Amino acid sequence: MKANCWYGKTMLSVEEVPDPQILNQQDAIVKISSTAICGSDLHLYNGFIPTMQRGDILGHEFMGEVVEIGREVRNLKVGDRVVVPFPIACGKCFFCEGKMFSLCENTNPNAWMAEKVFGHAGAGIFGYSHLTGGYAGGQAEYARVPFADVGPIKVPPELTDEQVLFLSDVFPTGYMGVEMCDIKPGDTIAIWGCGPIGQFSIRSAFMLGAERVFAIDQVPERLRMAEAGGAETINYEEENVYEVLMEKTGGRGPDACVDDVGMEAHGPAAIFAYDRLKQAMMLQTDRPHALREAIMCCRNGGTVSVIGVYGGFMDKFPIGSVMQRSLTIKTGQAHVQRYMRPLLERIQNGEIDPSFVVTHTMPLHEAPRAYDMFKNKEDNCIKVVLKPDGSWNGDGAAAKDDSYTVLH
Amino acid sequence: MSTTAQRRAIHGGGSSLDDAFGDDRQVTNYRTGRGEPGLPSSSAKRLANGLGWFSIGLGLAELLAPRAIASISGVSKERTGLIRLYGLREIASGITIFAQEKPTEGVWSRVAGDALDLASLGMAFTSPNAKTGRLAFATANVLAVTALDVMCARQLSANGSQGIHASGTCIVNRSPEEVYTFWRRFENLPRFMRHLESVEDLGGGRSRWRARGPAGMEVQWEATIVADDPGRVITWRSLEGSDVDNAGAVRFERAPGGRGTIVKVNMEYMPIGGALGAAVAKLFGEEPEQQMDDDLRRFKQVMEVGEVVVSEATLMGTGYMEQRPGRPPTASELERADMLPSQTATNFESTRGSTSYRSEGGSEGRTTQR
Repeated sequence: MKANCWYGKTMLSVEEVPDPQILNQQDAIVKISSTAICGSDLHLYNGFIPTMQRGDILGHEFMGEVVEIGREVRNLKVGDRVVVPFPIACGKCFFCEGKMFSLCENTNPNAWMAEKVFGHAGAGIFGYSHLTGGYAGGQAEYARVPFADVGPIKVPPELTDEQVLFLSDVFPTGYMGVEMCDIKPGDTIAIWGCGPIGQFSIRSAFMLGAERVFAIDQVPERLRMAEAGGAETINYEEENVYEVLMEKTGGRGPDACVDDVGMEAHGPAAIFAYDRLKQAMMLQTDRPHALREAIMCCRNGGTVSVIGVYGGFMDKFPIGSVMQRSLTIKTGQAHVQRYMRPLLERIQNGEIDPSFVVTHTMPLHEAPRAYDMFKNKEDNCIKVVLKPDGSWNGDGAAAKDDSYTVLH
Repeated sequence: MSTTAQRRAIHGGGSSLDDAFGDDRQVTNYRTGRGEPGLPSSSAKRLANGLGWFSIGLGLAELLAPRAIASISGVSKERTGLIRLYGLREIASGITIFAQEKPTEGVWSRVAGDALDLASLGMAFTSPNAKTGRLAFATANVLAVTALDVMCARQLSANGSQGIHASGTCIVNRSPEEVYTFWRRFENLPRFMRHLESVEDLGGGRSRWRARGPAGMEVQWEATIVADDPGRVITWRSLEGSDVDNAGAVRFERAPGGRGTIVKVNMEYMPIGGALGAAVAKLFGEEPEQQMDDDLRRFKQVMEVGEVVVSEATLMGTGYMEQRPGRPPTASELERADMLPSQTATNFESTRGSTSYRSEGGSEGRTTQR
């Protein structure tokens, strides 16, 4: 089969690899109909996540048709159309029983690597370096999906791929980012980052009862999409985020702040240059600008929710502000399995149509170009959906058609 | 290195496990901390720390006040460059000592430094305007420190030769009775212990174990159960005439709040080929503590989900050197795979042949590499 493989910093190659096969009895093999590039894939692409190995298949947002199941799979059968969550979870351990699926204790065979960096290991993740297990990713024609009874969710035929694909990651992740804010009616929420996860956070915040949502970014098309979702936007290159937020909230600050950015934050030139230089010199692995600002802006006693991906260490973390002002910090990789069913119901009820976020649909073999476009925000690129070769013959332009149907 | 002496460590006395076996009070109190193989005795470690501080203090003095040092030791004041260099060396030794869990190399580097100091002082005696009184005083001091260094270094070096101890712990989401019952059937152990090929119950508490040693060498031994307290503890040890002398204890504790069972394992064994063999094995990534952790992780997987969980990257093992890319294996890689689920609870064979979907007109140009 064809798969998008990592060969080093900004070096990708779509190449022939062996077909996947059942390795554990609770595995399923999924023939992929749609797979997306996640903002967190750019951390791998840009070489910021350690323990990548040349030849690793990338991708953790995918869906398709079950074509083979292991002997112990009970809930799925060949032919089912499923969306696969990015964390791999066993369903039996202490954390899975507590619905904290991204902390599953049994799905990361390389747990020792994660323990060295983080103290403890989380769940395995598809296509996301060896310290999250070293699983083959889903930017491919087929993928092996362990614990098929726990993760994949069946989706009804009347919904298009683009409407359900993002149940794999960005929709539940954006949703959990604001769910952690314990929103009360009338709350004001500020969201850093208007990439796909930020977009879903904005819409989820309103779903959960927020009255005002501020969205912070610098990319015009992302800010426009945020406005379309009902947010009041702040372009940090044009305005001082802190001052604007204080002015709009009477100096108190937002009730909760959400970091949908993560370790590769950009910011006003001088601060960005300072953090980027330290990162380049390995004095810190993560650039903290967005998180720092979120903390400083949050109202006293408020919540700072960190759902953007961090991978290591950062410098100048304002712990004094957190402690002196009774802030609550909540964080985590999304426990996707917990949210798939309720969010699918919201899609079915027509409360949200996640396909709004797609700006580009491209064939799998163009993955390297797609990464480059996404990284450089070329052609107003916000979200790319890749179609395995042979199932998509579009020209790379924005597509909202039903091209996926040729698969069935 | 004498094999009998090593045997004595396990069968005779001096081993922490030996103490644990005979006495039930100690069975419940045996060491549960993470033992490092050949962890230095606390006195040698304390001495090494003292020497480390001495190194750093003297090094800083040499670096910052070389003229004063030259004056005290009766060396020519033109030698400040060399003294500064020696200061750097001292500081490096000190840092090495503090950086190492077991600072054997750090202390031996001090011994080498002492030799250099003594040689330099010897050279100074030959200088025409040598201040012999001060030089003799300095030399006596260096000799005294050298004696301490050699003593400490020898103690540290000697400590490693008493067999390899590994311990580990995990928490399993099952009752102590279930976990104990699974472990007590020693035939189950090869399902998660990577090096074990088979364990055969010979009855009467005795069992025959077969394992893969370094470089694929097959080793076997017979073992007997020393203590067996259902739901709480099992200890065993190998019998005389074993290829690998070893002993082990596993203890099961009910976790608070009904959250399953805390499993604690201690094992001790004589490495094949003695200390040298162990060092070579380490070079190939056979770290005993790491192995124990991996075995216990697989044990937990087998207990909780019924089989050992594999990712594409870990088909050959979970060590750093054993990682392969996160992509599906070729047929030949699959054959060589280290930990196939065929070794686990469920039988792997049944669906291996079911490749029907692949003939159902997949995408064009897809090759099947097997």
